[in-house]
Amino acid sequence: MEHDCSLASGSSGCISERQNSIITTGKNKSRIHCADDSLAGAVSQRACVFCGARVVLNPITDAIHLVHGPIGCATYTWDIRGSLSSDSEMYRHSFSTDLKEKDVVFGGEPKLAACLDEVISKYHPPAVFVYSTCVVGMIGDDIIAVCKDASERHGIDVIPVESSGFLSGNKIVGYRAAAEAIMKLIRPKPGEVIEKTRKLNFLGEYNLGGEKWLIERYLNEIGIEVNVAFTGDSTVAALKQAPGSCLNIVQCTGSMHWVANNLEKEYGIPYMDVNFFGAENTADSLRRIAAFYGDPEIIRKAEVLIERELARITPIIAGYRKKLTGKRAAIYVGGAFKAVALIRQMKDLGMEVVVTGTQTGKQEEYETISGLLSEGTIVVDDANPAEIEKFLLDMKVDVMAGGVKERVLAYKLGIGFVDHNHDRKECLAGFDGAVTFAREVYITTCSPVWKHLKESIGGV
Amino acid sequence: MANHTAINTLRVKEVNENQCHMCMPLGGVIAFKGIEGAMVLVHGSQGCSTYMRLANVEHFHEPVDVASSSLNEKQTILGGEKNLNKALDNVLRVYQPTMLGILTTCLAETMGEDMDRMIKSYMQSHPSIGVDIIPVATPSYGGTHSEGFWATTRAVIAHYAKPCESHNRINVIVPNISPADIREIKRILGFFGMEYTLIPDISMTLDRPYGGRYQKIPTGGTSPADISRMPGAPVTIQFGKTCPDALSPGLFLEQQFGVRLVNLPLPIGVDNVDQFVAALSSISGQPVPEQLTLERGWLLDGMADAHKYNAEGRPVIYGEPEMVYALTGICIENGAEPVVIASGSPHSKLKDLVGPMISDLAEQPVLIEEADFASIEHAAVSAGATIGVGHTGGKFLTERHGIPVTRIGYPIHDRIGGQRIFSAGYAGTLAFLDRFTNTLLEKKYSSYREKKKEEMFNHIRG
Repeated sequence: MEHDCSLASGSSGCISERQNSIITTGKNKSRIHCADDSLAGAVSQRACVFCGARVVLNPITDAIHLVHGPIGCATYTWDIRGSLSSDSEMYRHSFSTDLKEKDVVFGGEPKLAACLDEVISKYHPPAVFVYSTCVVGMIGDDIIAVCKDASERHGIDVIPVESSGFLSGNKIVGYRAAAEAIMKLIRPKPGEVIEKTRKLNFLGEYNLGGEKWLIERYLNEIGIEVNVAFTGDSTVAALKQAPGSCLNIVQCTGSMHWVANNLEKEYGIPYMDVNFFGAENTADSLRRIAAFYGDPEIIRKAEVLIERELARITPIIAGYRKKLTGKRAAIYVGGAFKAVALIRQMKDLGMEVVVTGTQTGKQEEYETISGLLSEGTIVVDDANPAEIEKFLLDMKVDVMAGGVKERVLAYKLGIGFVDHNHDRKECLAGFDGAVTFAREVYITTCSPVWKHLKESIGGV
Repeated sequence: MANHTAINTLRVKEVNENQCHMCMPLGGVIAFKGIEGAMVLVHGSQGCSTYMRLANVEHFHEPVDVASSSLNEKQTILGGEKNLNKALDNVLRVYQPTMLGILTTCLAETMGEDMDRMIKSYMQSHPSIGVDIIPVATPSYGGTHSEGFWATTRAVIAHYAKPCESHNRINVIVPNISPADIREIKRILGFFGMEYTLIPDISMTLDRPYGGRYQKIPTGGTSPADISRMPGAPVTIQFGKTCPDALSPGLFLEQQFGVRLVNLPLPIGVDNVDQFVAALSSISGQPVPEQLTLERGWLLDGMADAHKYNAEGRPVIYGEPEMVYALTGICIENGAEPVVIASGSPHSKLKDLVGPMISDLAEQPVLIEEADFASIEHAAVSAGATIGVGHTGGKFLTERHGIPVTRIGYPIHDRIGGQRIFSAGYAGTLAFLDRFTNTLLEKKYSSYREKKKEEMFNHIRG
């Protein structure tokens, strides 16, 4: 017996207004709708603007991140990321102005000012980011003015992040708020000169499970130094040196293309997109970075590294591919950058990707995604549990990659799962990460537990 | 009466650093998920519902679908009714619930949304939907998730309860405890052969056994038909000593319908379980069954085995008020005298309740209401705490100060099995006690050879 979808009879699983957000490759001629706000009542997997800003800025390790609002917003994002730090652990603390009813009625500015004085006197941070939340936007607290005053009072950067959740149901808007805050932070004071170097900045890299350190090790080996990552394992002082780089490499494009463009405009730093997820992507990215420097020694060392690493990991991955060939995979992640990388990696493992979706993908990114997929694959923007459930079952998926909320649903349906979210603890980047990823896919897809689970739901 | 001025309380500062509580609608989500056929809709911006889903998914390891009216900038100006109506259409269609709980967020409350009017108008234009819609005001700035839980439970009862004929089915109202503990409370109720209505019952909805077809709204939960008959019950047992009167579901039933309220502490710890068992024995007229006597005996035996190890513990206890109150009792019973007692809730009756329990202790613990972990951590380190008792929030006690934490309560995000943490009844108390004692022993044995050498041998040599 096939295990049924739990959708009530007569229901397609899709709300009719969501039709244009779902396409089947090869069948649909129309373009996917992906710029719409989340539909009310659709149980979207998306978060909010504040969440977007918080995840981008949070890995700045020595800054204080102060959430101006009632308690919920801070408590849900406390230590939310798997970003590692080589030094300060300040970023893992969660500060909130904890607005109460009287603050909402009379305005929260005095409390914000008092909280700023308190945390700055207690911790002497190099900078404070102040995030605005829904209520703060609603009651019209002038956080820009409060931050400016505090900045003058204490002589440090106190930077407002305009991230009121209701501005949009799309994290991308929050990425922009974070990006603007970063640009404010790194812009040199009048008269200050940041000297140009041969180092590069690594944008859209959050050091999940130490990924930044791994890539930095590769770059160092071939003779290139990393100036600062945005924002994995970064410090305020290091970020302020960002204008001195000769190149920006951009990994998570959703969060950082705007920053890269502005760094190019303001400081003349060119950028290139890179991707360190998967062995081929890693090799390709290293080659392109080396080519940018144009130094024969760097290019030679890059080839040595690539050859050595590929020789080391190829047989291991081939072992996993044997077990995984023919398995059917689904991907539902935050951004298209990650989806594209995952499609390639899954295919490299001999798997067929039959469902792909994102929370924040853009039109041209969806075109790239569709181009990578075979005919008949479902592509969905801003999915919800009902749709995910339906597609996982309809498409007979064996393993899914996604975040925490998708994980428990997949397990309930007897389907393997790989975490590719912002709180994961495993390093999935670079050559070593490619092995870890293959192992992650293997241990869940081929786990003996599914045998018993499938028997108990009457499936195969 | 205890001299409360002797309690060393710590004043909370302006900023909240590392939260010890979550927001009000989150508690509402959990309570609604304990009602049969229920789905939840959060009226506010998209992020709130996603965060609350995440917080629950990571604790219960179950899908916890929560819809949102996804308010955007436009609606904050024009009002959210259109979005709410759209959300109702969609969620009712896809989930087909028999009951829909609507929780407001701080955004909706600040906008001044008139929920009652909007829902009435929706119901009027959809006369045949056959769904009960229950709104609860839960602004994040109005309280913690504990208050949200009580307020929602009270609102559900107030919605369904109507005058009815007297019957023998007792009411049992539980706070936010694990599905495993609810199952244990039901097992104990079963020993006395009593019929009961337990609310809210997440024991099946948020801890699903595997097997059969996946259900969007899992079977289980308290049935509205049973809730409607709660006013005819002979008595309400409520585990809600710390519940504020204004939010107390049991008090509501007593004041509105004259149902006698027996307000008990959570049945964790010998004294507390004894109170529960005695109440059941008295209500049912049945003697205490042999099985429970045996379990009580095993617990006492275990306490004797563990008491000397426990006496070395200097616990810092934190979390939701009801849990903290019970845990303070069990620690004191076992000779592990608490050095810090803290709750994020500003509204609980914790201070008054704990006062008499701690007045005889050699050393007065620090008591913190409206606590954050910066203040808990500071107090714990100053007092030389050696063990934490509470939820995941205390992880920095371990990371930064080497103080291990026995995990209990909500939320548990950094360990598996939050839904299965078993601590109620005599059997659960013993299970908790073993976890607590073993945490102390693990810490002791991992370092005592080194420590003794450092303390004693190196002095001879040096």
